Amino acid sequence: MQALVIVAHGSHLNPDASTPTYEHADTVRAAGVFDEVRTAFWKEEPSFREVLRTIESEEVYVVPLFISEGYFTEQVIPRELRLDDWDVAEWDSDGTSATHTTLAAGDVEKTVHYCGPVGTHDAMSDVIVRRAETVTDDPDVGPGFGLAVVGHGTERNENSAKAIEYHAERIGEMGRFDEVKALFMDEDPEIDDVTDFFESDDIVVVPLFVADGYHTQEDIPEDMGLTDDYRTGWETPAEVDGHRIWYAGAVGTEALTADVIIERAADAGADVGNAIEEIRRRTRVAGADGASVGD
Amino acid sequence: MPTARAWGTDVNDTQLDALVAAADEGVDCDGLQVAESEAGYTFALPEETHEGLDESELRERATENPWFVSNWHYWNERDRPEAETAYLRWLEGADERSVPERYDALADGGIEASWGELAIEIGLGDDGDRTYTLCHEDDADADTAALDVHTDPLEARELVKHDDRGRYRPLKTAPTLPTGWAFLDLDGRALARTVDIVYPATVANWHLEQQGDLDISNWRETMERQTGIYGVVETWDRGEGHEHVDWVAEACCADSQCLKRREWEYDDDTEITVDGGDGAFPCREPCSLVIAAARQWTKLEGEQSKTYEFELTPSEKEQIEDIIDAVADGEADDIREADVYEGANRYRTRFLRAKRFDEEGRLCGVPTDDEES
Repeated sequence: MQALVIVAHGSHLNPDASTPTYEHADTVRAAGVFDEVRTAFWKEEPSFREVLRTIESEEVYVVPLFISEGYFTEQVIPRELRLDDWDVAEWDSDGTSATHTTLAAGDVEKTVHYCGPVGTHDAMSDVIVRRAETVTDDPDVGPGFGLAVVGHGTERNENSAKAIEYHAERIGEMGRFDEVKALFMDEDPEIDDVTDFFESDDIVVVPLFVADGYHTQEDIPEDMGLTDDYRTGWETPAEVDGHRIWYAGAVGTEALTADVIIERAADAGADVGNAIEEIRRRTRVAGADGASVGD
Repeated sequence: MPTARAWGTDVNDTQLDALVAAADEGVDCDGLQVAESEAGYTFALPEETHEGLDESELRERATENPWFVSNWHYWNERDRPEAETAYLRWLEGADERSVPERYDALADGGIEASWGELAIEIGLGDDGDRTYTLCHEDDADADTAALDVHTDPLEARELVKHDDRGRYRPLKTAPTLPTGWAFLDLDGRALARTVDIVYPATVANWHLEQQGDLDISNWRETMERQTGIYGVVETWDRGEGHEHVDWVAEACCADSQCLKRREWEYDDDTEITVDGGDGAFPCREPCSLVIAAARQWTKLEGEQSKTYEFELTPSEKEQIEDIIDAVADGEADDIREADVYEGANRYRTRFLRAKRFDEEGRLCGVPTDDEES
């Protein structure tokens, strides 16, 4: 038997923080390729500490629903799962290239395939593009549009910026959008000046965050000038300095994120059959041709 | 004693075939023993033994004792995780009550069990199978037509997210499980899954405890493990006693706050002096809510006490105590608007504020820090 465990941050305060995690788990579950699909959280239950003991399967694929490699993926998750022989060198990563490593857990007789985070997988570039399609309701969005991929910045973790730049570069190479830029909340180039960085009239803004919350629903919309007060909401698209801003909200809420989760597990050796193709098909915007960088 | 047939329990062909097939490896379940040897089959119950049977005689004996056979079949038909089997058997008291006693109870209104605030009712399904019903204990006697009925365990995720007042429940084992819903017609697997969603990992930890294998992580080792913004908590333990951890446990872990039974202590040699609670399932280490609160207390408790002088009437002093009690016990919202006899009543409290706070919101105009004076 094989199990998939999606590990995410969760929240003591925000009831919606777990929602994308649950939804992606349901999408993966519906694909029917894992005997068990479970979720676990740093701030909710089951905790990282106790999730493995609730699982029957001997082979467990653990996929962090986190954006970048860093404190959580390198320290907190392996420690709390009791992956005693974990060493960050096992991932042999340049900051965005971690794939997986296989370890034993201290409290259960199971083989744990510990995967790199969802946010740094190549397929995440496709999810960002899909997010742009969803927010514009246009499966062919690209020509005449700029795309801003937005992240936290390096304040706490330099890999966080690396992941943003990595995807911006990959999507830029696709040649689909007129312009693609990486922007940040707490360093240059800053999201506050978003319209300064684009020639295009239309700009799609996709924050590389797992769930909507304070940053994606309050900070970023106000910083970009979509609204003076997040509580009053904003238009999509919103007019800012003569540009139309299509603000997408957290990329992690996009249904296609479930595909990246499965790809992480597949890269680590999980038998996923044709689930990847199936999820790409089922989560697609109506009318999309399905072309993507991963194909 | 009524006959099995009157209770609606039959042995079906699947069960009979399975029993005959299992005989050669031997069957031993809750008083039923079946074996196969060169001398033929043996069929034994607590008070009768039949030896040297041929297959048709074995089938005949089995058919005459449908509860024992269907009971064996129920516990062996599927390959369940050990914890799930142990839990389901515990729920129906399988180790304390004989098969006829249990089937009597199952057929006569069902067996009722409880787990935290959950009421679990076990009824008799077709051919001696079990069906499980799950709801809030306050709804146990409610007409299910008045409840929001579910059958998919995953629907429990959203059901238990908010309490009856609509507030988010960050702690799944807080005694604030919402009411008004029921899961019907669950099989054993779905029952265990639903319980694991309502109260995650409680069955797994209960089972480990039953086996004497619960891996408890005490306060000290848990705080020493913390890093990042929680790394500071271990500095709260200064080797000057552990009273602060008693206060944490009293604040967060009492049964009024969490239904888990606290099994962790300060360290291997030092017990926490407050009650750990009476819950069915254990708490094996300080949870993330306790750690997050402890981080805040570590900061606050770094302050030194100082002496303030406040002018209060005796009733005002007692009113402040009433307000603290009402908030700490979660009763502030229950005090009626016009119940001015309660110290924590809103009008009473607003009057106290109007009289005793200055324009800067300071009690009796007393500055918090010396330099403000």
